[in-house]
Amino acid sequence: MSAAAVTGALTRRASFFETTIGKKVVMAVTGILLFGFLLAHMIGNLQFFMGPEKLNTYAENLRHILPVLWVMRIGLLVAAVLHIASSVSLARAKNVARPVGYAKRHNVGSNYASRTMYWSGPIVLAFLIYHLLHFTIGTAHPEFRELKPYENVVSGFSNPIVSVAYIVAVALLGMHLYHGLWSMFQTLGAAHPRYTPKLKAFAKLFTAVIVLGFLSVPLAVLAGFRPGQDIV
Amino acid sequence: MTLDSRAPSGPIETSWERARFELKLVNPANKRKYNVLVVGSGLAGASAAATLAELGYNVKCFCFQDSPRRAHSIAAQGGINAAKNYQNDGDSVYRLFYDTVKGGDFRAREANVYRLAQISLSIIDQCVAQGVPFAREYGGTLANRSFGGAQVSRTFYARGQTGQQLLLGAYQALERMIGQGRVEMFSRTEMLDLVVVDGKARGIVARNLVTGAIESHAADAVLLCTGGYGNVFFLSTNAKGSNTTAIWRAHKKGALFANPCFTQIHPTCIPVSGDYQSKLTLMSESLRNDGRIWVPLQKGDNRAPGQIPEPERDYYLERRYPSFGNLVPRDVASRAAKAVCDEGRGVGPGGLGVYLDFADAIKRLGRKTIEERYGNLFDMYFQITGENPYEMPMRIYPAIHYTMGGLWVDYHLQSTIPGLFVLGEANFSDHGANRLGASALMQGLSDGYFVIPYTLGHYLASTKFEKASIDHPEFKAAETQTNEQIRKLLSIRGKRTTNSIHRQLGQIMWDHCGMARNAQGLQKAIGEIQQLREEFWTNVNVLGDNDGMNQALEHAGRLADFLELGELMCRDALHRNESCGGHFREEYQTPEGEADRDDANFSYAAAWEYRGMNSEPVLHKEPLTFEYVHPSQRSYK
Amino acid sequence: MRLTLHVWRQRNASDKGRLVRYEMNDVSTHMSFLEMLDVLNEQLIGKGEEPIAFDHDCREGICGSCGFMINGVAHGPLPGVTVCQLHMRTFKDGDELYLEPWRARAFPVVKDLAVNRSAFDRIIAAGGFISVPTGSAPDGNAVPVPKENADRAMDAAACIACGACVAACPNAAAALFTGAKLSHLNLLPQGQPEKNRRSAAMVVQMNAEMFGNCTNIGECEAVCPKLIRLEVIARMNRDYIKASWANRNEPLKND
Ligand SMILES: Cc1cc2nc3c(=O)[nH]c(=O)nc-3n(C[C@H](O)[C@H](O)[C@H](O)COP(=O)(O)OP(=O)(O)OC[C@H]3O[C@@H](n4cnc5c(N)ncnc54)[C@H](O)[C@@H]3O)c2cc1C
Ligand code: HEM
Ligand code: HEM
Ligand code: SF4
Ligand code: F3S
Ligand code: FES
Repeated sequence: MSAAAVTGALTRRASFFETTIGKKVVMAVTGILLFGFLLAHMIGNLQFFMGPEKLNTYAENLRHILPVLWVMRIGLLVAAVLHIASSVSLARAKNVARPVGYAKRHNVGSNYASRTMYWSGPIVLAFLIYHLLHFTIGTAHPEFRELKPYENVVSGFSNPIVSVAYIVAVALLGMHLYHGLWSMFQTLGAAHPRYTPKLKAFAKLFTAVIVLGFLSVPLAVLAGFRPGQDIV
Repeated sequence: MTLDSRAPSGPIETSWERARFELKLVNPANKRKYNVLVVGSGLAGASAAATLAELGYNVKCFCFQDSPRRAHSIAAQGGINAAKNYQNDGDSVYRLFYDTVKGGDFRAREANVYRLAQISLSIIDQCVAQGVPFAREYGGTLANRSFGGAQVSRTFYARGQTGQQLLLGAYQALERMIGQGRVEMFSRTEMLDLVVVDGKARGIVARNLVTGAIESHAADAVLLCTGGYGNVFFLSTNAKGSNTTAIWRAHKKGALFANPCFTQIHPTCIPVSGDYQSKLTLMSESLRNDGRIWVPLQKGDNRAPGQIPEPERDYYLERRYPSFGNLVPRDVASRAAKAVCDEGRGVGPGGLGVYLDFADAIKRLGRKTIEERYGNLFDMYFQITGENPYEMPMRIYPAIHYTMGGLWVDYHLQSTIPGLFVLGEANFSDHGANRLGASALMQGLSDGYFVIPYTLGHYLASTKFEKASIDHPEFKAAETQTNEQIRKLLSIRGKRTTNSIHRQLGQIMWDHCGMARNAQGLQKAIGEIQQLREEFWTNVNVLGDNDGMNQALEHAGRLADFLELGELMCRDALHRNESCGGHFREEYQTPEGEADRDDANFSYAAAWEYRGMNSEPVLHKEPLTFEYVHPSQRSYK
Repeated sequence: MRLTLHVWRQRNASDKGRLVRYEMNDVSTHMSFLEMLDVLNEQLIGKGEEPIAFDHDCREGICGSCGFMINGVAHGPLPGVTVCQLHMRTFKDGDELYLEPWRARAFPVVKDLAVNRSAFDRIIAAGGFISVPTGSAPDGNAVPVPKENADRAMDAAACIACGACVAACPNAAAALFTGAKLSHLNLLPQGQPEKNRRSAAMVVQMNAEMFGNCTNIGECEAVCPKLIRLEVIARMNRDYIKASWANRNEPLKND
C-alpha cells in the first residue's frame, strides 16, 4: 500500500469538536472550571479549623442562596460531563492509534503524572461519586447529619479507612492537576520558551497548595485534632 | 549519428529569450490530454513534476524512497548560487556564467551555462515565495556567503541544510499537486526499463518495491531526474540508494552517455575508518575558509598531531598555491591530498588522511566564533569519529562526491531518444569537467522549474502521437526482459553478497579511475571489471524472492548496472588523453604537476553509444566552441 | 565487543511477526549502528537467512529514512541523533538490544523494521505548502523577513519526517510533526494568506490518518533527532483554534 499511488483530492470534513484539538480545548476549558471549584472548595474546607459554628454556618449560608448554589452545581456537573465525555472519546482515539504495542518501552522525556491522566481522572471520578454520597447526600455515611458538615467530617474521618481513601484520592487528583495545569495552557496554544518553565513551576506549587489544603482536614482528624471542640 | 545541440546561435545574452519565443506552445485545453512520466523526485524531478502539473499536464512521478521528500538532494549542505548581486560586490549573470565555464575547465556548452546563470535569479525568488527559510540579515533581507573560493558572495543558504530546505519547497509544491489529484505519486517504486516505441520514449517498466509487482506506465514523454552515479565507487558521499539504473537502462535503449569519466572528488570528507564502512560523510567545503590543511614533513611520523612542532609540519596547499592557499578548487585540493598520502605522509589509519587544523583559527577568532560558524559540522564530526575537533585537528580525505557526466542532452534537455528528457545530475549538464560548489542545486531547479516546462511543451506540440498503450508489444517485451533478469538474479544463489562485489568494484574504480588515472591502470581496470561482472552473474547470492520487499534484490539490480557503467567510465577516461577538471591523467600534467588540458584535440563532449554488454561502445563527439569565455590555463598559484 | 540483538522480523504487512535473537561477536566501536546491521546481514546471508530489512538512505541524519526503536527508545539512547548517526561506541560489551519498528496504526509495517509513513505525505498534501505556481514569485527581497522569524521558521523546518515522535508518543500522536510544518509556514510572511486554511486542513488530515491525540506528554520532544520543541504543538493548537473561528461558516476541510 505504501507504493500505491497517493492520490485523489483529499475531502475530509470535520467540525471543530470532532477533531482531537477541539476535544482538548473542551477539556482545558472545563478543566479550568473544575479547578476554580476545587480552589473554592478547598478554602471552604479550611474553615474546619475555625470550629464547628463557622463551617456549619458556611454550609447554612450556602443553602440560603440555593438558586446560586444550584446554578453552580449544574455548571460543575455540565463541566464534569463534558470533560469526561471528551476524555473518553480521546481515550478511544488513543487506543486505536497503536494496535500493536512495544515489547520494550522506555520513557525518556515525560513524568508519571502526564502519562497517567487517563487513570488519575477516572479514579478521581470514582472518588467524587463516593464523596458525594458520603458528605453531601450522606447515604455512604454511617452517622450522617444534615447540614452538619463539621460533625460529618469529624465522624467520617475518624474511620481511618475512609481517611486513607480520601488521602489517596486527593493525591491522585494532585497528579492530575499537576499535569493538567500547564497542559491546558499548551492546549489553548500558550507556550513560551521562557514562561512555560515558570508555568510548570507554578503548577507544582498550586497543586501542592490544593493537595495540602484538602489533606489537612483528614490528617487533622486522624491526629485527633478537633478545632473548636477540645476547648469545651 | 550527428549530435545537434540545438543551441541557438547569435548573441548569447538573448539566446534563451529567442529560443523561448520560437518554441511551440501546447493549447491550455489540450495539456491534460498529455501524459508525462517524471522519474525522480529530487530537486529536478519534484520541481518539474509540480510545475508541469500546475500547467495542466497529466503527471506521474516516481521515486524509490518511501517518500518523495527523501530524495538525495535533501543532503546538500552548503548552498545555492544565484547572480542576484544583492551584496553589490560586482557579481552579474555574466560573471556567474564566466566562473562556471572556467570552473568546468572549458568542457561545458556555453549556451546552457549562460541560460543557467540567467535563470538562477528566478530560482531564488521562487524558493523564497515557497517559504524556504534562507538565512537573513537583521534588516530582513537575504544573506549571502562566498563559497568554494568564489570572489563574490553569491551563495544563498539555509544553515547547513540548504538542499533539505530547497527540496522541501519543491516537495511541498509537488504534494500540493498530488493532493489536488493532478500528480499521481508512486513512492517505493523503481524504474527498471525505458520503453521506446517507433523511436520515441513512450513509457517505463517499474518495480513496486513493496509488492515486487512489475508494472508498466505509458506516456507521451519521459523525464529522467534520477541523480548521480557516484556510488559506482561504492564509497561516496551519495546516499546509499543513489544509482545509475534508470539512465543506464535508457542508455541501453539508445540514449548516448556523455563524459562518464568526469567525476568530482570532494577534498573534505571524513576518512574511512574500517572495512565495514558503508558510505563517506562530507564535511562542508566552508571549513576550508578557517581551517589549515597540513601533514607531517617526515613520512611515517606517527606522533600525535599536538606533538608535532610547527617546523616539522607541511602546510602543503599554502606552500604550493600561495595566492589561493587552502581555498584552491576541489579537484586541485583533492589531488594534492592524494599526492602527500602517496608519499607516505598521510595520517590516521592506513595513512589515508590529512589534518584540517582549527587551532590557529580558534586562537585568532575565539572558540565562540568557530562554534557559531561550524558548530553543527564539528558535532557531526564528533558523532562519527568520537574525536573533538576543538581539541585536535580533524582528519579529512577526498571522496567521490558528484558526477558531471550523464546522459547526453541538447539545449532542450532532450536525450538522443525523442521524448526522453534528462534533468539534474542525471544529465551531463552544464558543469563540464568540474562542478563549482553550490551550482548543482541551481542546475536541478533551473532544469525543473524553468527549462523543461518550455522545451517539453515544444516537443509535445510539434510531435504526432498515436495513443500509447501498455499492451503494445514493446511494453510486453520490456516486462518479460525485466522479469527475466529478476528471476536470473534470484536463481544464481552463489557465494558472494552484493555488498562484497560492490566493494570490490569500488576499489577497482577508486584505484584506477579515481583522483588520478593512467592508460595502463585503466586497461587493467577494464579487464578486472569484466571479470568481476562475470563473477557477479555466476556467483552472487541474492536470497528471498520477488513477492515483496527485497532490498538485496534491489541492490543486485543496481550493482549489475554499475558493473557495466564502470567499464564505460574507464574507457572514456582512457580515450581522453588530456587532463581537465576532475579528470587527471598522470601522463598529461605540467612540470609542476598541474592538469595539462589539450583543447586542440579534446575540446568536445564525448557521447558514447551502447552496442551490447560485451562489445565496445561507439564514440560520438559534440564539438565545443567558446565564443565568449576563451579557454585559458587555470592557475591558482 | 559482543552484542545480543532481538530484532523484529515480519515478512509483510499481513504476517504476524516476532522477535528473533541474534548474537554478534566482534562489533567494532567505530561502526555506525546501521553498519553493524550491515555486518549482521552479511552473516545472515552467509547462513542462507534473509537479511533484515530497514529503511535508510543518506546515513547522514538528514533524509529521515532510518529509524526504529532500540530498547524502547526511538532512534536509540543519544538525544538529537538518528540511528544512522548513532555509533556503536555508545554501547558496551555484552549489551542486549531490542530492535522494533515504529508502532502506530498510521504506520503499518512493510517488512521487519521498515514501516509505511505515507500518512505524513498526505498531511503535507492537505495543506503543508504555500501555493505559489512556478513563475508567480516576486523578487526574493521584496518581502523582508525578520531574522528572528526566519530563524524560528528554520528551527521548525528542520524536521526530517522520520516518525520518531509518533513512535515515542504514548498516544501515537503526530502532533510534533504536524506542528513543526505548521510553525515553519505560519511563521513566515509568505505563509500568511493560507494560514487558516492550512492549519485547519492539516489538523483534520492528521486526525483522518488515525494518529492519536496529543495530551502534552513530551516524549516526542525528547526523541526528536532534530530537537523540534513542544512549542510547535502549542502553535498548532493556537492556529487551529483561530482557524476554526475564522472559518466558522464552513465546515473544516482540506480540499
Ligand atoms: C553530501 C552532498 C552535499 C551536496 N552539497 C551541495 C551543495 O551544497 N550545493 C550544490 O549545489 N550541490 C550539492 N550537492 C550536489 C547536489 O545535491 C545534487 O547534485 C543534486 O541534489 C541532485 O539532484 P537531482 O534532483 O538531480 O537528483 P536526486 O536529488 O539524487 O534525486 C534522485 C531521484 O531519483 C529517484 N530515483 C533514482 N533512481 C530511480 C529509479 N531507478 N527509479 C525511480 N526513481 C529513481 C530517487 O528516488 C530520487 O527521488 C551535494 C551532494 C552531496 C552528496
Ligand atoms: C476533579 C476535577 C478535575 C479537574 C480540575 C481536571 C482538570 C484537568 C485539566 C486542567 C486537564 C488538562 C486539559 C488539557 O490538557 O488541556 C485535564 C486533563 C484530563 N482530564 Fe481532568 N480534571 C478533573 C477531573 C477529571 C475526571 C473526573 C476525568 C476522567 C473521568 C478526567 C480526565 C482527564 C484526562 C484523560 C485528561 C488528559 C487529557 C489532557 O491532558 O489534555 N479529569 N483535567
Ligand atoms: C479531603 C478533602 C475534602 C473534604 C474534607 C471535603 C468535604 C466536603 C464536604 C463536607 C462537602 C459537603 C458540603 C455541604 O454539603 O455543604 C463536600 C461537598 C463536595 N465536595 Fe468535597 N471534600 C473534600 C475533597 C473534595 C474533592 C477532592 C473534590 C473533587 C474532586 C470534592 C468535591 C466535592 C463536591 C463536588 C461537593 C458537592 C458540592 C455541592 O454540594 O454542590 N471534594 N466536600
Ligand atoms: S518532529 Fe522530529 S521526530 Fe517527528 S518526524 Fe520531525 S524530526 Fe522526526
Ligand atoms: S509525546 Fe505525544 S502526547 Fe503530545 S507532547 Fe508528544 S505528542
Ligand atoms: S538514513 Fe537518512 S536520516 Fe538516517
